[in-house]
Amino acid sequence: MITAAVQEREHYLNASYGIKSWLLTKDHKRIGLLYLATITFFFFLGGAFATLIRVELLTPQGDLVSSETYNKLFTMHGVAMVFFFLIPAIPATLGNFFLPMMIGARDLAFPRINLLSWYLLVLGGLLSLYAMLAGGVDTGWTFYTPYSTSYSNTWVIATALGIFVAGFSSILTGLNFIVTVHRMRAPGMTWFRLPLFVWSTYATSVIQVLGTPVLAVTIILLFCERVFHLGIFDPTRGGDPVLFQHLFWFYSHPAVYIMVLPAMGVISELVSVYSRKPVFGYHFVAFASVAIAVLGFLVWGHHLFVSTQSLYAGLVFSFLSYFVAIPSAIKVFNWTATLYKGSISYATPMLYAFGFIGLFTIGGLTGLFVAALGFDVHVTDTYFVVAHFHYIMVGGTIMAYLGGLHYWWPKMTGRMYPEGWAKLSALVIFLGFNLTFFPQFVLGYLGMPRRYHVYPPEFQVLHVLSTAGASVLAVGYVIPMIYFIWSLRYGKVAGANPWNATGLEWQTASPPPAHNFDQSPVVTHEAYDYSTVLGEVEVG
Amino acid sequence: MTEHIDRVRTYALVFAVLIALTVLTTAVAFVDLGPFSVVVALAIAVGKMLLVALFFMHIRHSTRLTRLVVLGGLLWLIILILLSLTDFATRTWVGVPGR
Amino acid sequence: MASEAHAETPALREQFDTEEQQKDASTLGMWIFLITEIMFFGGMFLAYIVYRGANPLVFAVASSSLNVYIGAANTVVLLCSSFTMVLAVRGAQLGQRQTIVLFLILTLILGGVFLGVKAYEWNEKFQEHHVPGPAFHFEGLPPELQGRAQLFFSLYFAMTGLHALHMVIGVGILSLLIWQARKGTYSAAYMTPVDVSGLYWHFVDIIWIFLFPLLYLIDRHLGK
Ligand SMILES: [Cu+2]
Repeated sequence: MITAAVQEREHYLNASYGIKSWLLTKDHKRIGLLYLATITFFFFLGGAFATLIRVELLTPQGDLVSSETYNKLFTMHGVAMVFFFLIPAIPATLGNFFLPMMIGARDLAFPRINLLSWYLLVLGGLLSLYAMLAGGVDTGWTFYTPYSTSYSNTWVIATALGIFVAGFSSILTGLNFIVTVHRMRAPGMTWFRLPLFVWSTYATSVIQVLGTPVLAVTIILLFCERVFHLGIFDPTRGGDPVLFQHLFWFYSHPAVYIMVLPAMGVISELVSVYSRKPVFGYHFVAFASVAIAVLGFLVWGHHLFVSTQSLYAGLVFSFLSYFVAIPSAIKVFNWTATLYKGSISYATPMLYAFGFIGLFTIGGLTGLFVAALGFDVHVTDTYFVVAHFHYIMVGGTIMAYLGGLHYWWPKMTGRMYPEGWAKLSALVIFLGFNLTFFPQFVLGYLGMPRRYHVYPPEFQVLHVLSTAGASVLAVGYVIPMIYFIWSLRYGKVAGANPWNATGLEWQTASPPPAHNFDQSPVVTHEAYDYSTVLGEVEVG
Repeated sequence: MTEHIDRVRTYALVFAVLIALTVLTTAVAFVDLGPFSVVVALAIAVGKMLLVALFFMHIRHSTRLTRLVVLGGLLWLIILILLSLTDFATRTWVGVPGR
Repeated sequence: MASEAHAETPALREQFDTEEQQKDASTLGMWIFLITEIMFFGGMFLAYIVYRGANPLVFAVASSSLNVYIGAANTVVLLCSSFTMVLAVRGAQLGQRQTIVLFLILTLILGGVFLGVKAYEWNEKFQEHHVPGPAFHFEGLPPELQGRAQLFFSLYFAMTGLHALHMVIGVGILSLLIWQARKGTYSAAYMTPVDVSGLYWHFVDIIWIFLFPLLYLIDRHLGK
């Protein structure tokens, strides 16, 4: 009989059952999904804080929350989004799931450490969450001293320790990825056959490993100062709060690239697949990732232009900051060159890729504005800066994250997402995003400072526009949440390679078997060699 | 990489030099060398570090990748210190009123 | 089923193809971990450089109150422990169980001695009111420089404290290794845990090699 029950193939999702098989798993794919659930929680938590902020800003007076509460809201929005969503977002979910598959490995080099990193993120998240529920923290996500050490009477220590623990998660993930890329590649998978997502994730890992420890020691010193009365940043004892800022931004500027480099990797994959062309100038794009990782460490002082930092240091950092634009621009130009004469299909992931390229370009170019000493003095701590980094982090990282999630969803779950709804939500997100954040450029240029909830009435129109955009954006983010869950059960069954992509992750079943490949792959082609896969992308 | 087993004598010799350098650096600290006392102290410390790293940590037998990792780590430490010093070392160069 | 996924043993985990690949991966992993440690301590070294540069005299005076002979003796203790550690690793390379256990125990004891001496020194600081905080007092310095002296001792406690914390972790690792080695877990073919733990121990030693001159040996001739 044709209708006889089809024996379901064994894959990583049905290889074992029960909560224990998830909480003790060493499978990088399952750990990727654990991360996905965790960061989704923190995304909506951070989103809830953002909503409250935007609602408060509808009117010039402070009528919804008090100043103290408002300070806590923007702090917790930043902490949740930066440390518990954006930094783990792409590397720890998509990277965890796909990096080993893309290089043809059975798993990461250290699966137990990988599981440990997830537990550390959860532990750090719980610590910070506890701080938020117990009363919140109001220092801003940057924890500047001496306010954070001597004056704030909110939950600084619990929040900072949460970030410290999550930092270990980030370090261990980076360490694991570096060793994996060096030691676990399949036969024939040379460095210049690696998909560009692997290159950019590798570069990200280097930043995580070299930068995060400095944040860790900064938090420890902050902790010692607040709890044990050490005086390392205490100006009354000859300590220098600007040293805190140096140490903090030595990590936190490169951290921007922890967020955006993997996003660039995703975009390289998407642009290639949906144009049916190899990425233009593969070597340049690969080395641009490494160059961004290195140059990213040389520019942190541009966050200190209006502190007591020496003018000469300001000149050096301003000058060096411009160099980051070079590899970034190489990427943008190479993506557009890849599109040229490509046979482009407008699938949802590609829409996100287009969104990324446009928004990242705006975010990057305004980055050049604020890297200029003179201009920055004018717009420091205004909404111009807020708009700039949201164009990079939301317009860049989240766009790419959602694009990557749609692109790899069939591989992760074996089901297609509903294309119509997905396109609609991509459009809603793009419009909502611009409506939210473009007015903030104008606001900032006109002089609206960040972190204030009371403002002159002249700014109200732009703030109302921004809040309206935020509501649209929120709807845009909720739709995928619903249809992704819906698709787990009702989505069209996806084949092994619905996009006719070339990556090794597509050359195995969907969802993949527990050990990724039934036979260890041997690589004989360059990345993105579409002559090896027949057919076109089918858009449902 | 094939295993490389050093002789006990090699280790003992390195150990003896390390102890001698410790005695030396302590003794030199009591001599007035002006600004050079910190230079000498750090030079001896770097020497001791090299001995421990090369012999006890087997960098002398290690792969190129390991050496690259170590050099990268040291280079980043230098970046952290030098670029920070562009600020702290030049603060007093311009007289800004009020600073 | 994955055709070549093999049964997992401690000597060869399932994600690796060969023992050599596994050993290389573990060693590389430990070295990368150590460079994160370089950066971790690097933040404090930067703070030290900045503040010593700004307060050279106060730092010299405050440093001279530390007991240089205890510091030097403790340096020797730590170097001895590195020597015994490397002999333990050598024993593991040769697959000599007795040697591994003996030298790991010696290393553990020396590490314990170091921590004991450190505790004695810290205790002394508490008695002398040299611990930063409201009760801090450093004899021989005018009131306006007391804060700067606190800066030195803040760095002293942060740096030696975090170094000691690493030592405590190292002692924990050693205890685990000794327990495993006595069971006969390690052989010439499988000694990676001993090897990478050795790397960690030597690294902690190197940090002290720098802390000793930086904290104890600042311009002693000025201080006396
Ligand atoms: Cu920056």
